Amino acid sequence: MKPSVKDALIAKLTALGDDELILAHRNSEWVGHGPILEEDIALANIVQDELGHATLWYGLRKELDGSDPDQLAFFRDANEYRCCELVELPKGDWAFTMLRQYLFDLYEALWLEAAQHSAYKPLAEAAQKIIREERFHLQHTRAWVERLGLGTEESNRRLQQALNFQWGYAQQLFVPIPGEELLVAEGIVPELGPIRERWLELVTRHLQNADLKLPINPGYQPTSRAYHTEHLWSILAEMQSTARWEPEAKVW
Amino acid sequence: MPGRYGVPTDPDYQERLAEFEARIRRGEKIEPGDWMPEEYRRQLIRMISQHAHSEVVGMLPEGAWITRAPTLKRKMILVAKVQDEAGHGQYLYHAAETLGISREAMLEALLSGKAKYSSIFNYPTLTWADIGTIGWLVDGAAIKNQTMLAQCSYGPYSRAMVRICAEETFHHKQGKEMVLLYAQGTPKQRAMAQDAINRWWWPALMMLGPHDKDSPNTEVLVRWGIKTKTNDQVRQEFINEHAPEILAAGLSIPDPELRYDEKSGNWLHGPINWDEFWQVVSGNGPMNKERLEARRRAHAEGAWVREALEAYAAKQKKAAVAV
Repeated sequence: MKPSVKDALIAKLTALGDDELILAHRNSEWVGHGPILEEDIALANIVQDELGHATLWYGLRKELDGSDPDQLAFFRDANEYRCCELVELPKGDWAFTMLRQYLFDLYEALWLEAAQHSAYKPLAEAAQKIIREERFHLQHTRAWVERLGLGTEESNRRLQQALNFQWGYAQQLFVPIPGEELLVAEGIVPELGPIRERWLELVTRHLQNADLKLPINPGYQPTSRAYHTEHLWSILAEMQSTARWEPEAKVW
Repeated sequence: MPGRYGVPTDPDYQERLAEFEARIRRGEKIEPGDWMPEEYRRQLIRMISQHAHSEVVGMLPEGAWITRAPTLKRKMILVAKVQDEAGHGQYLYHAAETLGISREAMLEALLSGKAKYSSIFNYPTLTWADIGTIGWLVDGAAIKNQTMLAQCSYGPYSRAMVRICAEETFHHKQGKEMVLLYAQGTPKQRAMAQDAINRWWWPALMMLGPHDKDSPNTEVLVRWGIKTKTNDQVRQEFINEHAPEILAAGLSIPDPELRYDEKSGNWLHGPINWDEFWQVVSGNGPMNKERLEARRRAHAEGAWVREALEAYAAKQKKAAVAV
């Protein structure tokens, strides 16, 4: 693999892992505080899958540069993280969390579907491995969007509010990272453009069926993954507090 | 199908009670449709719902550390553990429902402060080592109790316990592994492990319930095969297993009177501070207010979600009828 391609792949795997880890963090804030016990169970399940995916992406990076996944997660600063801003946003209410999860799950499922054909075998195998989990998540969050959209006036209002807030942020999922075009040219990762088209088509149809309106003015659309929301620093301060409390520890 | 319940004023009560107690002596399980004394049902609802509430409230002290777990693997294990607790709560609520009480009624009793849950969850989790210590000592104590309850005379509770015990055994192993690891870790890790043992040892002994002489329910519970051992017996089993293991790990136990008694083969403990126990049980533990408030908040903030679910389901039903 050419060094420039390898660097781009390392960056892409980092971004993939970071998205999963930070989203898992936000979702895990619900565990024990969900609206019904069954959802504590379901969301805890999603969190475990996301942590598993993060571990998998960091693991693929390790194969390329020997970096330790726990070091990446617990000893990297906010400005070194490459997650998108959508996943950093506070968990909000149940509508906010379910909508974000739906928008993300659909993107991830479509991306994984395409990535199964990656020319880089470890990535293709990873995608094949986790796509089934992702389809489960999508089924779950898709159903929640429908229920909340068509439930009561209040649930529809809350979901619409979440949509107005998140729509612009969600677009960042389809912004290639620097050097991603090299990976696309080599057939290592799928091109984001067609995935976005399909995503937009499916999301639009499902949201409209759930009695929601796509925002006319999408608002702020983050692009660079080198910059973050105000929240990331605090997320990491909390997430890394135990590991950094005793950096001398050989084992945890 | 709700069971048939007898009260002592029923004309055939004595006859049926004798038959019921004979079944229990023969080791038969009582099932939901069977005749049972009203008092048996009442005690079981009390115990099973308390147990379910304990699982649900128990998610809070541990769940609070998911976001601070020190490695990806520990984070994953902890989420899975807290998820198991939610699952335990769920099937214990179902087991209680077979006795004719609804989950809503049980939740209402919890949120109003009427129903109890295990006193242990009213203590705070102050460091990461608490997560290991809870797994080792708190789950360790719970398993002693639950292994006994797996033998209990009420079928649904007994079966729930068999399943729960299998998972708890796993949690216990993971917790013990963590504490042993930290006991051999850096000085800071060792100190953290010791501090956790110091804080959780006595509450773990207390969570197995008051001494037999102060336990008003024990006698009838034993007679009807709901409990097959007394609180003191279970507590002794717990100490006998855990005390030597903690000491072998190079950690100390905060009981200057703790000693091994050759004659009985038991580890004998010093006096338990029952004032503290009753304070915690009556709502004055360090975390009682926060735990209950967290449950109330989650319930209140979830109200609109549950309403939406109902409204959605009603609309779907209407649409189905229209088709």
